[in-house]
Amino acid sequence: MGVEGIGARVTRKEDRRFITGKGRYVDDVKVYGATHAHFVRSPHAHARVKSIDTAAAAKMPGVVAVLTGREIVDDKVGNLICGWMIHSKDGSPMKMGAYPALAPEVVRYVGQAVAVVIAETKNQARDAAEAVVVTYEELPAVVSVKAAIAPGAPQLHPEAPGNVIYDWSLGDEAAVNDAFGRAANVVKLDLVNNRLAPNAMEPRAALAQYDAAEEHFTLYTTSQNPHVARLVLSAFYNIAPENKLRVIAPDVGGGFGSKIFIYPEEMVALWASKRVGRPVRWTGDRTEAFLTDANGRDHVSTAEMAFDKDNRILGLRVKTYANFGAYMSLFSSSVPTYLYATLLSGQYDIPAIYAEVMGVYTNTSPVDAYRGAGRPEASYLIERTMETAARQLKVDPGELRRKNFITQFPHQTPVIMAYDTGDFGASLDAAMKAIDYAGFPARKEKAKKEGKLRGIGFSCYIEACGIAPSKAVGSLGAGVGLWESAEIRVNPVGTIEVLTGSHSHGQGHETTFCQLIADRLGVPIEQVSIVHGDTDKVQFGMGTYGSRSLAVGGSAIVKAMEKVEAKARKIVAHQLEASEDDIVIENGEFKVAGTDKAMAFANVALAAYTAHNLPDGMEPGLKESAFYDPSNFTFPAGTYICEVEVDAGTGKTSFVNFVAADDFGRLVNPMIVEGQVHGGLTQGIGQALLEHAVYDDSGQLLTASFMDYAMPRADDVPSYELHHTTTLCPGNPLGVKGCGEAGAIGASAAVINAITDAIGTNKLDMPATPDRVWHAIHAA
Amino acid sequence: MYQTHYHRASSIDEAASLFAKGDDAKFLAGGQTLLPVMKQRLAAPSDVIDLAKIPALVGIEVTADRVVIKAATTHYDVASNAQLQKAIPALAELAGLIGDPAVRYRGTIGGSLANNDPAADYPAAVLALNATVKTNTREIAADEFFQGLFATALEDGEIITQVSFPIPAKAAYEKFRHPASRFALTGVFVAQGKNGDIRVAATGASASGVMRVAGIEQALKSNWSAAALDGVTISSDGLMSDIHGSADYRANLIKVMASRAVAKAG
Repeated sequence: MGVEGIGARVTRKEDRRFITGKGRYVDDVKVYGATHAHFVRSPHAHARVKSIDTAAAAKMPGVVAVLTGREIVDDKVGNLICGWMIHSKDGSPMKMGAYPALAPEVVRYVGQAVAVVIAETKNQARDAAEAVVVTYEELPAVVSVKAAIAPGAPQLHPEAPGNVIYDWSLGDEAAVNDAFGRAANVVKLDLVNNRLAPNAMEPRAALAQYDAAEEHFTLYTTSQNPHVARLVLSAFYNIAPENKLRVIAPDVGGGFGSKIFIYPEEMVALWASKRVGRPVRWTGDRTEAFLTDANGRDHVSTAEMAFDKDNRILGLRVKTYANFGAYMSLFSSSVPTYLYATLLSGQYDIPAIYAEVMGVYTNTSPVDAYRGAGRPEASYLIERTMETAARQLKVDPGELRRKNFITQFPHQTPVIMAYDTGDFGASLDAAMKAIDYAGFPARKEKAKKEGKLRGIGFSCYIEACGIAPSKAVGSLGAGVGLWESAEIRVNPVGTIEVLTGSHSHGQGHETTFCQLIADRLGVPIEQVSIVHGDTDKVQFGMGTYGSRSLAVGGSAIVKAMEKVEAKARKIVAHQLEASEDDIVIENGEFKVAGTDKAMAFANVALAAYTAHNLPDGMEPGLKESAFYDPSNFTFPAGTYICEVEVDAGTGKTSFVNFVAADDFGRLVNPMIVEGQVHGGLTQGIGQALLEHAVYDDSGQLLTASFMDYAMPRADDVPSYELHHTTTLCPGNPLGVKGCGEAGAIGASAAVINAITDAIGTNKLDMPATPDRVWHAIHAA
Repeated sequence: MYQTHYHRASSIDEAASLFAKGDDAKFLAGGQTLLPVMKQRLAAPSDVIDLAKIPALVGIEVTADRVVIKAATTHYDVASNAQLQKAIPALAELAGLIGDPAVRYRGTIGGSLANNDPAADYPAAVLALNATVKTNTREIAADEFFQGLFATALEDGEIITQVSFPIPAKAAYEKFRHPASRFALTGVFVAQGKNGDIRVAATGASASGVMRVAGIEQALKSNWSAAALDGVTISSDGLMSDIHGSADYRANLIKVMASRAVAKAG
């Protein structure tokens, strides 16, 4: 480890432009002659579109065009797709309803776009949008999963009778039934995983241009995965062949999963740019973000856990209803199935697991991956069930967990995942020590004397990220592979460009990826540039989500570096007349070990590009590429312990302490890791206490602004105490596991476990608002 | 379609006459409600008449018995005024709890009262302290001023010029913040006048806005202490019920906030 290498707390290179207002976001990009698009959106949750009269709008000042779903159909543009096939228990494929970009006949959620006005200015577009007359025939709407699957419920899609998309299962039902038959004790819990709005700081935006001479499109878009966007827009939406479409995701202000998907707005902007012959720009406002960004979570579950007389888990049975919203978003089908049920073993050695998941359509906005994507739902379920079990079985919650921990690795769970390595006892010990668990009973008693309710809660989470081995996900129905690409271009005087298929929208790749190069090749980080986000510059990559960029993207960089290093050694060995095996890298020089014969890396590069004295048969240049396909998921895991005080008079929860002991394998930049954990914990706490996207029974969104959707603020969350234990990941050359989602995955259960401990009742759902906690106290 | 004309009035009379001339004019003070509403296209006044720079409308005067706050004085100025902090600390504290610093640098007492948001803080102080709202045409007692959800006794075009507060013997405000908007989910202002009158006003709880709480006033009359409220039941009738708090939860908060305010008032 050097000053700038792996393990160094390097301050982020990209921050200078972000905090001085020089970030270049989609909305900042200036294009001559750009028009502005404003969407006409449905005020109804479910309605037939009888007519759309655009005549008056088309005549208004500055209006270039008013377009509807009819024109999209006429131009043979495809519907939006879902890229992961899931089959129900009976073998039938998931029931997917058509998902048009602009609804031609039926609207199915409030905010769904039915038309678009394109005008010279944003305000002219807004004014004209108000003049578009849409005649709707309202239809009854269903908002909850329970109502949607009830007999006689309004049907959203002809393809999905009963509004059921799939009825899927994983595990061994017979083995689980047998386990419950033998159980000494059974613990049962009903849980809700509340619906969340992602709210990245930058709303979604798109800027599309069509070059008629070349028949070539350029799209700037707020995407976490520009190559995937290009693939989908080309192959499925039929906008243009891939070689005639350039997608650029410049600086993007946060994604958290919500910017993975290719939404109607960028598709319409792209299509319209050719149709109107002018560049088309759309920048969403916050209300549109609340209405249309893919929401997260929204599960209703029942969990049952069977224990033997020694309190060892015999089996787990789970039934989950997952709300998909009105349409299946791009990855929606995978989130409550293969990203969820496969984590139901938690950190525990559970012999038998059986999970059933029913995916259901409702008249709400589409639901898809959001920080954690399926793993927060699994972790919350397991960890609340374990805490409930400890209370019911009258044993210490830490000791019940420890008794059931997996201790031998690799460990094959009954739900597909095979954990490679871990030391769950080490993180539990670290967290219990840090929070002074032994001292808690005395603190609780003291608080009680002062009229306060104090509680403590555990969450021993594990998750699967670093997605994913392509063959494995392909066999489970994924339409794509989940490898990553890297190209290392060494320039003639030794500076380097790393072109990565990953995309940084807050993760700090421009710094950490440089650290990888610095660590191995000794090239200072200011001499390394990370290039990402432009499909014209970077070869195909799968993008950033699922905490994969270091484990998979970083490993691709390592593989490319191996090739660069191998070629460099050959050049040095040849020029210094030494054996390749005797070459070592020291302080940025390639040295013959035990001598003072050395070549600075810059000179190696120059040698490669002047090609005056290369080994016979060697091609000039020093540029290598690698595609890395992981062999397994990675499994960050840890223990979070939360201590709270509940004000019985108001139901408000305050934090006394929040301790995290995470195992992320090797840390490349500990400062960035801390930032990720702080952010993740804050989102997990936000889910536990504050956030909730709520629709009323008629399908109106009640939480369409920050006046009603409570985002966590600095004074809502504690100062976290972070610890790390380390078991290196054996699956990738860096030994890293990834850390971006862990906090959001594990925090919620710790908070709710602490509050239920404080108030003495288990019956509490998220968000545990003061109103709900007060009612729980007084119902008990 | 949303074109408006901005006028900066230099006197109250000029403001009144500009208002009369406009088709559909609105007064602008801090703009903390009007501007967001206009941005969302929920209002499109033909004329916006800015009161914030009229000298006669800005300032704070503290005498032996009264605090007078001119209508266009910002929350920040109220919260940070040393004399006001000494005379009615609860009022300075309340102003400091409104919104956030950005809101407090612009928002005004006149704007807050004229708008009468059911969860605004100032109405609780005005009602509990039995203040007098003075306009460019008359004086209106607190008990007459607030007339329901976003409704006041003000006539069309009438301008609040100042609010005059009698200095109480004891007073305090306890605000339970709405987790999202940080308005009062329920806020209770309790006051004991120098003449012995006890007044308690709750905001954020009723759908009609700020209200007196007779049950608590009664209990405090016989015994000014937090414990006196133990036996009081607050009805949830007429109280708001939404995703952030049910009516019975708000009823509970009225009692709890009142009790804590009494303890704070001393």
